[in-house]
Amino acid sequence: MVPLTSEVRFDFDVITRWITRGERVLDLGCGDGALLSHLINAREVLGYGIEHDTERMVACIGRGLNVLQIDLEQGLAGFEDGQFDHVIMSLSLQAVHNTEGILDEMLRVGHEAVVSFPNFGYWRHRVSINEGHMPVSDSLPYQWYNTPNVRFFTMADFEQLCEQRGIRILERVAFDEDREITIDPNNYASVAIYRLGRA
Amino acid sequence: MSSPTNIGNVTPSRAHFSEALALKSGGVLPAYDLVYETYGSLNAAKTNAILVCHALSGSHHVAGTYGDDPKSRGWWDNLVGPGKPLDTDKFFVIGVNNLGGCYGSTGPMSINPATGKPWGSQFPFVTVEDWVDSQARLADLLGIDSFAAVLGGSLGGMQALAWTLRHPERVRHGMVIAAAPKLSAENIAFNEVARQAILTDPEFFGGDYYEHGVVPVRGLRLARMIGHITYLSDDAMNDKFGRRLRHGEHRYHFDVEFEIESYLRYQGDKFATFFDANTYLLTTKALDYFDPALAYDGNLNAALAAARARFFIASFSTDWRFSPARSRELMFSLLHNGRHVTYAELDSSAGHDSFLLDDAHYHAALRAYFANIEV
Repeated sequence: MVPLTSEVRFDFDVITRWITRGERVLDLGCGDGALLSHLINAREVLGYGIEHDTERMVACIGRGLNVLQIDLEQGLAGFEDGQFDHVIMSLSLQAVHNTEGILDEMLRVGHEAVVSFPNFGYWRHRVSINEGHMPVSDSLPYQWYNTPNVRFFTMADFEQLCEQRGIRILERVAFDEDREITIDPNNYASVAIYRLGRA
Repeated sequence: MSSPTNIGNVTPSRAHFSEALALKSGGVLPAYDLVYETYGSLNAAKTNAILVCHALSGSHHVAGTYGDDPKSRGWWDNLVGPGKPLDTDKFFVIGVNNLGGCYGSTGPMSINPATGKPWGSQFPFVTVEDWVDSQARLADLLGIDSFAAVLGGSLGGMQALAWTLRHPERVRHGMVIAAAPKLSAENIAFNEVARQAILTDPEFFGGDYYEHGVVPVRGLRLARMIGHITYLSDDAMNDKFGRRLRHGEHRYHFDVEFEIESYLRYQGDKFATFFDANTYLLTTKALDYFDPALAYDGNLNAALAAARARFFIASFSTDWRFSPARSRELMFSLLHNGRHVTYAELDSSAGHDSFLLDDAHYHAALRAYFANIEV
């Protein structure tokens, strides 16, 4: 779950690279709309955000964005097949119960999907578990008892799921804070970003 | 931002239109008056006007008071005023009493020039589209080419939607709150029960009760009671009344036992003293007939293709008269058409009435939206 005022630029820059000018974009769990604003400025997209939390929705309205107050746990019923060029879920996948359902829906509604999430396999998180505690870090800023996250998975787990669900990984970029990680990202990256299509 | 203040006393205006208005029903109004109020000032470029459309029992009196009487405060006064979400320091806000109404615009109580008697049963059926067309003439008169926004709740939201379809170039933002692209069968059913209450009142006289010097008070009262039940939620009714007893014990009579009975009787009685039964009938029919998709074989996507405005849609979780599902239908159809849309589905315990209340989240969403409307 993105904090209320998020400016996670490295995440944004990668996603922006994958979006072409004038696309139709749907951002799931768009928070205060920082990414959507960025994409409108950088790529002149026709953008819509989905945000269930009312205060965040109001923040999006304040930015002049198109925001739709819908509960993602109910999926994307009502949206049409291929209605968007990209359906994005930035740092929210771990906060959704119905992981498989939402990934399928993203690739039904969008030609491609973009997801980013905190990598629970990150070495600092492993150290934390080894020391007997659930990890708390910049990418996982919550305590176990108040985290909005409900799914805990590594990059390796995610890629396995994609394989099983017939989801093709078109591109993958991983970071440790703002530093790109190319070697053993499942161990050294705290955040991963994927561009996905249908296999 | 200055802290919100009330508008203060206001005075309605009257505009006369001598050009006949052809109605969707095939009827014609040879000439008509519209009564309206305005708040704030129209800017030199005339780009800051917002039209507020009223619902079933509303009027042109959206905000402010008459003669310092706090009881005369307008029906959407919590929204409209200096520093309020619909800020009259920025916008020029207009409220109009719809044709067929009973608050001064030409309606069944007005004198039919052809007979010299009240229109009564002879008043033609008016539709949401007819209201929009008559409001457009008022906009012409005021020199307003395009509205910064047209908004309304319930039946008012239907007018806002109809504006974006009939006059797409004249609305920059359509704000459709607690409304629907058409009524459901259940919704029409409630309207029909209300109408039957009026139509079968012995003092209705086929709609010409004026000349008998009576009013079908009983029918009107029942109609309003039914309406009130559907505007509240089960939760709200339980919170407000529960099974609370008037006398603290069961007395086994048909006078008020439960407080909810007292509430409904009070609302019904009050309404029957000032509202016109013919207006009630015509207005519920306008609700029933509204269906922009009808001319497109029921295809709402096709019907909304004409719209050019940006949209703000809102619904309330406990509103079962105009449920969130109906607003979502509208939202998805607008998305299909590539319109800019914001959709707020707000938690509220107050049912359909929520759109008139000043819930903090609801008003924050409206405030933020209005703040981004360029004038």
